[in-house]
Amino acid sequence: MGKITLKHVNKSFGDVAVIPDINLTIENGEFVVFVGPSGCGKSTLLRLIAGLEDVSAGRIEIDGTDATHLPPAKRGLAMVFQSYALYPHMSVRKNIAFPLKMAGMSEAEQEKKVQNAARILNLTNYLDRRPGQLSGGQRQRVAIGRAIVREPAAFLFDEPLSNLDAALRVSMRQEITELHQSLKTTMIYVTHDQVEAMTMADKIVVLNAGNIEQVGSPLELYHHPANVFVAGFIGSPKMNLIGGAEAAKHNAATIGVRPEHIDIGEGGPWTGTVGLSEHLGSDTFLKVEVDNIGTLNVRASGEVTLRHGDRITLAPQAGRLHRFGADGKALA
Amino acid sequence: MARATSPRRKALTTLAAWSVALVIFFPVLWMILTSFKTEPSAVAMPPQLFTADWTLENYAEVWQRSDYPRFFWNSVVLSLGSTLLGLAVAIPAAWAMAFVPGKKTKDLLMWMLSTKMMPAVAVMIPLYLVFLKLGLIDTRIGLVLALMLMNLPIIVWMLYTYFKEIPAEILEAARMDGAGLFKEIVYVLTPMALPGIASTLLLNVILAWNEAFWTIILTTTKAAPLSAFIASFSAPQGLFYAKLSAASTMAIAPILILGWFSQKQLVRGLTFGAVK
Repeated sequence: MGKITLKHVNKSFGDVAVIPDINLTIENGEFVVFVGPSGCGKSTLLRLIAGLEDVSAGRIEIDGTDATHLPPAKRGLAMVFQSYALYPHMSVRKNIAFPLKMAGMSEAEQEKKVQNAARILNLTNYLDRRPGQLSGGQRQRVAIGRAIVREPAAFLFDEPLSNLDAALRVSMRQEITELHQSLKTTMIYVTHDQVEAMTMADKIVVLNAGNIEQVGSPLELYHHPANVFVAGFIGSPKMNLIGGAEAAKHNAATIGVRPEHIDIGEGGPWTGTVGLSEHLGSDTFLKVEVDNIGTLNVRASGEVTLRHGDRITLAPQAGRLHRFGADGKALA
Repeated sequence: MARATSPRRKALTTLAAWSVALVIFFPVLWMILTSFKTEPSAVAMPPQLFTADWTLENYAEVWQRSDYPRFFWNSVVLSLGSTLLGLAVAIPAAWAMAFVPGKKTKDLLMWMLSTKMMPAVAVMIPLYLVFLKLGLIDTRIGLVLALMLMNLPIIVWMLYTYFKEIPAEILEAARMDGAGLFKEIVYVLTPMALPGIASTLLLNVILAWNEAFWTIILTTTKAAPLSAFIASFSAPQGLFYAKLSAASTMAIAPILILGWFSQKQLVRGLTFGAVK
């Protein structure tokens, strides 16, 4: 089991309310990603769930039991840190076995569980090495191994892939997703990388300034952002947000259209000049200076051969335009 | 880019370093040489660095006249005991200051250090009376306590500096893994800070071994360490430099040997965190 409920959780450091008031339910077995810009409170929220920080007010329930004031070890959760936080003076075997040793498990039982975790994570040949003798990816796998052996109610990941290079990040991302599929344990994953959020999550929680902006599946957030913040944060490249007279034509304070939802061709309402064009092979990213609107990002197919200075006409795809009111919230 | 050092510059630096080292070491050298002289040649005027009549008599007499092994054993018990007790108190204290600092932690640390700036004689009478009332005069346990308290600020400060270098996330990981405070300190913090703890231990053993003020005031015979052993050779009948030197050499020899073998660890510990 691993259902986690946050009820009116508040966290303040002195007079500063980092998390004013959060209510959230994470269902058993879900892969939930907390995403948001730096300083939005996502790591603090994870640490509150872990018990590494005390809540200022509110209640945290794990599987229906009040865990608000339980110490970290008693919550039945396991955490994987950004810096791996491996014990440098212990071998990989001892690192993975550490939580079992703390639980007073027999050495034979510990070894059995360590071997099993090592097999799942391809660490069998590295059990006698020290963390300092491993690569970044291997270290992160050891940290995950240490979490797995505890058979926790939920895994907490605090930006676990930030210290890895781009290629390794993609493969580790897939490994963690596969791990979730095989273990079916609740996972809460903190990241500022919305690509990680989109690719891994069952449910994304978008945070901004300590508040939840929207909770939903990746595609829900992509297709139906609740407000301007979510619209601008989810999706890569970012959604184009247009205000002023152009938005007023659509009875909105702001309109948004994603770069991939703009067609290039005759008859469109917007005319502009190509500024920058980035040819990635599969796609072409264009920055177009549109008359009376400003710069728009456009995602075109890889075959498009437009160059700097070309004049083009753009048209947003029908039904793909997002409208937002003066308060930033999406209009129906 | 590394700074180029010319051979001439290197030679000058080496010469300067040796000169400073010799000036610092000279009194010790003088003492060791004097311990092998006869009393008349020890006080000869003008002073002679070397003499023709080398002798081991002083050592023989010092050995016969006093119970060196007892003093030596007391020194071992007092320096090791006070340091180990100090570490047992200071490790949790430094942990708290490094990882859960409060608003006044810095002030507390400075206050602890300031006590080292106070002349020991200022608390001599109150401490003596307290020891007298508690029956701790001339007891090893009393001296261990006194020396531990004297050196505690240094032990806490040194450990605090080492602990600050340990990432807090590793201790948090231990907490998540089910380690309580005691296990976190024993299984994770202490092994990780072991080089720093070893340096602290060595330095404080040396400080406690060399402590003379309190050991002489608070002891008479039973718990007296080697510092009191040296003092016992400054007789009222006159100074016997050769015998005093022999006694002093015998008193510092063990700690000199310890210092020689552990100098790498000491230097590493004392410069820890200075260069990143």
